[in-house]
Formats: sequence, structure tokens, C-alpha cells
Amino acid sequence: MSTYSASKTVAIAQSAEEGAALSGRSLSLPVSFPSGGIGVFASLAWLAFGVSCLWWPDIGDWPRTSAIAAAAFVLSGIIFVATVAGSRLGRFDAGLQRRAPWLLALALFLTLWEVATAKFAWLPLPFFPPPQSIIEVYTDDLPKLLDSVLASVKLQLGGYAIGAAVGFLTGVSIGWSRGVGYWVHPVLRFIGPLPATAWLPIAFFTFPSSWSASTFLIALATGFPVTVLTWSGVASVSNAYYDVARTLGAKPSFLVLKVAIPAALPHVFVGLFMGLGSSFAVLVVAEMIGVKAGLGWYLQWAQGWAAYANMYAALIVMSLLCSGAITLLFRARDHLLVWQKGVVKW
Amino acid sequence: MVALARAEPTALDSTGASLTVENVSHAFDIDGAVLPVLDDVSFEARPGEFVALLGPSGCGKSTLLRLVAGLEPPRSGVLREDGNAIIGPFPSRVVVFQDPTLFPWRTVWHNVALGLEAQGILKAQRHRVDAAIELVGLSAFRNAYPHQLSGGMAQRVSLARALVNDPKILVLDEPLGKLDSLTRIAMQTEILSLWQRTGFTALLVTHDVEEAVFLANRVIVFSDRPARIKADIAVDRPYPRHRGDPYLADLRRNILGLLGLDATW
Ligand SMILES: Nc1ncnc2c1ncn2[C@@H]1O[C@H](COP(=O)(O)OP(=O)(O)OP(=O)(O)O)[C@@H](O)[C@H]1O
Ligand SMILES: [Mg+2]
Repeated sequence: MSTYSASKTVAIAQSAEEGAALSGRSLSLPVSFPSGGIGVFASLAWLAFGVSCLWWPDIGDWPRTSAIAAAAFVLSGIIFVATVAGSRLGRFDAGLQRRAPWLLALALFLTLWEVATAKFAWLPLPFFPPPQSIIEVYTDDLPKLLDSVLASVKLQLGGYAIGAAVGFLTGVSIGWSRGVGYWVHPVLRFIGPLPATAWLPIAFFTFPSSWSASTFLIALATGFPVTVLTWSGVASVSNAYYDVARTLGAKPSFLVLKVAIPAALPHVFVGLFMGLGSSFAVLVVAEMIGVKAGLGWYLQWAQGWAAYANMYAALIVMSLLCSGAITLLFRARDHLLVWQKGVVKW
Repeated sequence: MVALARAEPTALDSTGASLTVENVSHAFDIDGAVLPVLDDVSFEARPGEFVALLGPSGCGKSTLLRLVAGLEPPRSGVLREDGNAIIGPFPSRVVVFQDPTLFPWRTVWHNVALGLEAQGILKAQRHRVDAAIELVGLSAFRNAYPHQLSGGMAQRVSLARALVNDPKILVLDEPLGKLDSLTRIAMQTEILSLWQRTGFTALLVTHDVEEAVFLANRVIVFSDRPARIKADIAVDRPYPRHRGDPYLADLRRNILGLLGLDATW
């Protein structure tokens, strides 16, 4: 890109980096757009989404159509103002600039979705509900949805915490002590690889409540990867570290707590991430089959009533929760493992 | 033996311990075969003495130091600190290992604090950590992580980590091997003045003959593996020493000859 022109500056960038580079360069050019041509396009796209909601009549009965159109107009306005105001908004602007391509893509997707469902029914209708009917679920079925979220979070948190704690302790013990390893290792080999959901039928009639059974299963799904990775982490700590600590007067407890565990922590986090993934799967299945609460159960219930909009709404909430949990875990890792920055690529 | 070590004045007020190595032999099992590493090694370091160990690569110097540290028991023979048999590691004998082996998850400050923390006396003795870091000239890096240090700086941190414990016997396994020649000379002077000030007994393994004769009261030369003592040479020269001293140059030539490198001189 050797020639600079206003039109080039405003042209849709192929990638985020290119977009950033372009907007960076355009600052030095006397062009009419202050910064972030993509911001303007994103604003226009949201405008288009709003218009698409109102332009054609709905082919069904959806009370929230004008509401989401209004929301789209407001969002479009905000993006436009923020883009024009540019750097005067400081960090907010920087955040917007970074997200502008995504905002643009999202608006385009919603417009397409709106037109393909609510307006022309290119997609078969009950199975592909339009955006406004999903919004309707969030406004009209909120209490039930919130209850489900709460139930899921409680179940997941309890099971995950227990599984992570037990897995961590077991992993450290078998990594540290040959005696413990002798007994636990074969058990782990034998039971660990079984998918936790295979235990489901047994768990549900051996445990006093379906809630405790599900907690156990989630803990099991979390515990296995955490155990194995903690163990391999502890076992792979270089002897040189122990030698150093021992010559400096370290007792065995110090060797475990201040040498083995910190050195193994990067492995432990890999286990925690894997455990999180597999425990989500168990959570949803357990809720669908046994526990009469939670998002899994909500999904099941919605399916029974052919309430497809509710299913999509629940799915979206579920994915937000899962990615939120992953983000939290990443935050925790970044905080605990700052020392790894620069040692390995994140 | 070229010359026997004689009693001579060592570090000023000696707080060091004596180290006795009595008929120590050691071997490793590699793939079922026995690899003899130390063969009937005996010597004694008096309190406050600075002893340098020289020998070909792989002859068993680091192994001997591990025995001194108490990290492994010898196959036969005894090692004693102040007459008491060494049966395990103890912070009165601190090792500066060949690799700095800093803990990557700890900052410079916390790496240096390791010994005091392990002995449970860090709370009352935090100033000692600061002093040790100051001593190796890394105050500006107290909050840096090991990966942010250069090789030489890491080696200095590991020296500070040892010194902070006020050892009676300081065991140095090629601590300056990775430094550039200028830093190396500065650190040699630093180690020497530390030794004179605190009076620990020093056991230094090095490949650098000049370093050995410049620093030590005594130089012990080992044979090829399994290591036997080939010569025990007193460096009969007062401190401060001069690097250009013809006596030291002579000694260096002799020792290089013992190591089989006389042809180059
Ligand atoms: N843990 C071990 N297991 C088996 N063999 C070992 C072990 N440690 C050292 N050895 C062997 O012992 C011999 C002496 O090793 P050592 O590290 O003491 O040599 P060194 O004199 O310190 O050499 P360098 O000057 O290169 O550091 C080597 O041949 C090595 O292969
Ligand atoms: Mg060595």
C-alpha cells in the first residue's frame, strides 16, 4: 500500500491489524474522516438493521420488532457520535476502534437474519426464530431464565470447586509420594478415562438427591484432568530446584508448598481448563436428565414445548456463561503466573 | 604431590568451619555398569581457608561438591564439618551451583530470600536480603523475574542467594564460568573481599587456572575420572594479590602442566 488517499483510508480493511494501521496513518493525513472509517460503517450497518426491521412488515406476530429497531438506531447513533468525537473520548474510543469491525459484522449478520426469518421466511420459521422473538424471551420469560441460570451456576461452581480441589490434592500427593502413587495410579488409570456421563444412571440412584449426584459427576469430570496434569506437573519439576532448596535448609513441607506446587502450577492450569470444558458437558446432561432446574433443563423444557426461541435464548446465555468462566480462569492464571510472561508464549 | 599445604594466615577473623574429606570414593550406576567418579579422595580445609579445585571436565568435581553439600552420601569414606560427619544438607554449607537455577516464579528479591524463608527467619531478617542484593549490585532489579536477567546477572543473584545465609562453608561450582571477562574480574575481587570480611571457608571449582591461583590459599588438582588428588599446591602469597605477579604466573604454568597442557606454554 504505497499510495495514500482518502478513499483508501476509508476502505474496509481486510483485517484488524490493517484497520489499525490505516487509522493510524490517516491521522497524519488531512482527510475528512477524523479516525476509524470502520466506525462509520458499523454505525451505518446498525442503522440498516433498524431500517430492515421496520421497512417490511413482519410475517408473524412479534411485539418486540419496533423495540429492537429503536435499540439499533440508538446503538447506531452512539457508534457514530463516538467515532466522530474520536480520541476525545479516550479509552472508550480506543475500545470502540478495536471492536468496530466486529460491530459491523454483527449488524450485517443481524440484518441478514432479520430479513431471512421475520420478513421473507427464507429459513423455515418455527425452527429459526427472528431476533425479536429471542429478545422477547429475555423480556417476558426472564424470571424462569434467571432461576435456571442461578441453578446452573450453583451446581457448576460447587462441583467444579470440589473436583478442582480434590484433583489438585490428589495430583500433588501422587506426584510427591511414591506410596500414594502406588495405590492411586492404577485406580486413576482404570476409572479416569471413563466419561463422567457414563456414571450418570448409577449416580442418580445411589446418591440421596439428583443434586448431589450431579455435583459428584461434575467433580469427577473436573477432577480427572486436574489430577493427571497436577501430577505430571509435580513429577516433572527439575531436581535442581529441590537441591537448591535443600541446601538452603528447606524442610519437606517447604519443598512441596514452595517448590513443587509453584513449579507445577502452569500444568495445573491446563488441567483446570480441560476440567472446565468437560464439566460443562456433564452439567448440561445432568440437568437434562436428572436435575429439574438449570439451563440444561430449560433447554429440554423448551424443546418439549417446541419453543425454539427459548432454546436459542438459553443457548446464548449458556455460551456467555461458559466463555465468562473461561475468561475468569484466564484472568486467574494471568494473575498467578505473571512470571511466565516472557518465558513462554501465552 | 607438588607441595604440601602449610599453615598460613588465612581470612582475618575466621568464622568458617573446617572441612575434612576422608578417603571418599563415589560411583554412579549407569545402565547397570558402575562408573567410578571419586577414588579415595582425602584433604582438609582449615577454617577460613580458600581452596580451589581444578581438574579435567567430567572428572567428578561437581560430584564432590554435592557430597560436601550433603545432597548425597558417599559410597565410602566420610566428610566432616568441624569434625561432625555430614549426613545431609544444612544451611551452614551453601552451594552456588554450576547453573544459577533461580526459581523462575520468584522475583530476584524472593529468590535471594529463599534460604531465610526456608529456615523460617525471613520476617526478622529482611534487611539481610536487601544487603545481599546490594552487594552483588542488583538493587535496581530486585523486582525483576529471572527471565528478565542476563546470564551474568542470574549468576550474581545465585551468589547473593548463597551469601545471605552467612554460610560457614561456601561451595562454589564454577560460579563465574558464564560471566564476561570484565565482570568476572570484578566478581573475583568481590568474592575475595567478601571472604576476607566474613571469613567463611571457601571451596571453589573452576576451569580457570589463573582464577584459582589468584583467589585461593591452596589449589587441589584432580586427575581424570575417577578423580584422584594429583597435587595439592599452596599458593603462598599474601592478599591483595597482583594479577601480573610472576610467582602466580609460574604457578599457573606448573598447574597447566599437571593438567596436561604444558605444550601450549
Ligand atoms: N546423577 C548422576 N548419575 C550418573 N552419573 C553421573 C551423575 N552425576 C554425574 N555423573 C557422572 O559423573 C561424572 C562426573 O560428573 P561431574 O558433574 O562431577 O563432573 P565435573 O568434574 O563437575 O565436570 P565439569 O567440570 O564439566 O562440570 C561424569 O562422568 C558424569 O557422567
Ligand atoms: Mg561440574
